[in-house]
Amino acid sequence: MIKFTGVFKAFPKSGLALKDVSFHIAKGEFAFLTGHSGAGKSTVLRLIYAEEPVTSGEVRVSGFNVAEISRRDIPKLRRRLGIVFQDFRLLEDRIAEENVAFALEVTGARRAGIAARVMRVLTQVGLAAKAKAYPRELSGGEQQRVAIARALVNEPTVLLADEPTGNLDERATRGVFQLLRDINASGTAVVMATHDLDLVRQAPYRVIELQEGALVYDSGVDEPRDQAAST
Amino acid sequence: MKLVLREALLTFQRAPLLSALSVTTIAFSLFVVGLFGLVAVNLQQALSEVAERVEIVAYLLPGTPVETVTMAVKDIEAFPEVQSATYVTEDRALARARAELVEFRDVLQELERNPLPASLEVKLKPGFRDADHVNDVADRLRGFGFVDDVRFGRDWVEKLDRLRQLAAAVGLVVGAAFAVVAIIIIGTTIRMAVLQRSREIAIMRLVGATDGFIRRPFLLQGAIKGMLGGLVAVGLSFAAYTLINRWLFHAAFFSREQASAIVAFGTLIGFFGSSASVGRHLRRV
Ligand SMILES: Nc1ncnc2c1ncn2[C@@H]1O[C@H](COP(=O)(O)OP(=O)(O)OP(=O)(O)O)[C@@H](O)[C@H]1O
Ligand SMILES: [Mg+2]
Repeated sequence: MIKFTGVFKAFPKSGLALKDVSFHIAKGEFAFLTGHSGAGKSTVLRLIYAEEPVTSGEVRVSGFNVAEISRRDIPKLRRRLGIVFQDFRLLEDRIAEENVAFALEVTGARRAGIAARVMRVLTQVGLAAKAKAYPRELSGGEQQRVAIARALVNEPTVLLADEPTGNLDERATRGVFQLLRDINASGTAVVMATHDLDLVRQAPYRVIELQEGALVYDSGVDEPRDQAAST
Repeated sequence: MKLVLREALLTFQRAPLLSALSVTTIAFSLFVVGLFGLVAVNLQQALSEVAERVEIVAYLLPGTPVETVTMAVKDIEAFPEVQSATYVTEDRALARARAELVEFRDVLQELERNPLPASLEVKLKPGFRDADHVNDVADRLRGFGFVDDVRFGRDWVEKLDRLRQLAAAVGLVVGAAFAVVAIIIIGTTIRMAVLQRSREIAIMRLVGATDGFIRRPFLLQGAIKGMLGGLVAVGLSFAAYTLINRWLFHAAFFSREQASAIVAFGTLIGFFGSSASVGRHLRRV
């Protein structure tokens, strides 16, 4: 599903952000990416969705050879992924359901089914009642739910979340995390970058830890703690 | 397609101020081009009015029979360059001289014999009123046996030619300069519209929009803005033309084709300006 083999990533100014990183996340798995600030968590995710080119090594994501992906194929790759950020990245001038529908329209989906699919994911994230609200009328936790709904509406095989709870208080954090667990339970793989170690300890999921760009710990390799994972 | 149109139109609703600013900028840039165009159109009109006076006069040998001349007139009128050929008899020439040269009326009255020769006055069609064609036709007229001499104000025709070339060159250079300035200004305006939506573009790419999908509403929106700007520019030019006509002098306005060309120019700049801006933006992200 997601396979890194000997991956290096160098940035022109700041040098090596990833050094010889290898791991394999299976279909339906839930994996935490942890590590201190600047360890390279976001970089790993950005390589997965082809936002940054791979310097060397191999990155395979759901059938795509991302290290050599052509610009034309990037949209195809991203339609298999759902991506969620700390800062939500919603369009301020569109209501919640438009924000979600947007992700479908962009893929050229037929208009007929869009409304129903949007409503279904909004219900799934518990925001059906706020479908007509603008992002500024929603709390942070609610905005993140809209963002998750947007990520889910294309029925991705993997959900990538870069510190999805970074801007939320404890209660909202628990809610969003539970939502991600539910999503994972229904079969979608989740890769979540976080430095909230409480969350990591709460759940019996795979942990991949980075330190200054190097993989220093991977709980999944020899002692899978995740029963749902099918390796 | 419907989605593209909707997205393009939504821009006007979501960013009314910037959209209005773009249209206004495009309109005024094209208005300047339009004003210059008006000057060019009127200059050309004036020149062609002057050129209407280009005329070749073939003086005939005395005693040429009328039938010969009438037949020759038919031949000459069949020349591709010739608009009309008029036969002026000796008597008519004298009558005209009496009417026009008032100062010499007395002298002319006292003549016993008409000293003026008969002539053929040949006018050329609009596209042929330049030195080369005039010379050419004059040579052919000299070929007729009964033609004594051919005159056409060579200096004057050549000056007119030079004036026309100058007007065309200046028009081309200044017009091109104005057009380039308009393109730059309009391009900058469109670039602002793209930058204003860079966040939206980033999110579109994130959820898997193709470059083409992202580009299309911008192209349409740019073309619409360019077209609106072009229409406003033609409107402003017309207002300027009306004022000039009322207060200054009788001027000419664009033909329908020329007005359409301004609108088309605006539409094209809007379209390709957007294409370039979005393209550049997409290549960088
Ligand atoms: N676009 C970039 N250009 C240059 N250097 C970059 C770029 N993006 C990241 N880096 C560098 O790569 C390293 C890893 O950054 P990354 O964002 O992956 O860290 P992170 O683990 O996500 O940190 P945080 O927890 O603070 O989000 C850092 O040293 C950072 O300075
Ligand atoms: Mg990060």
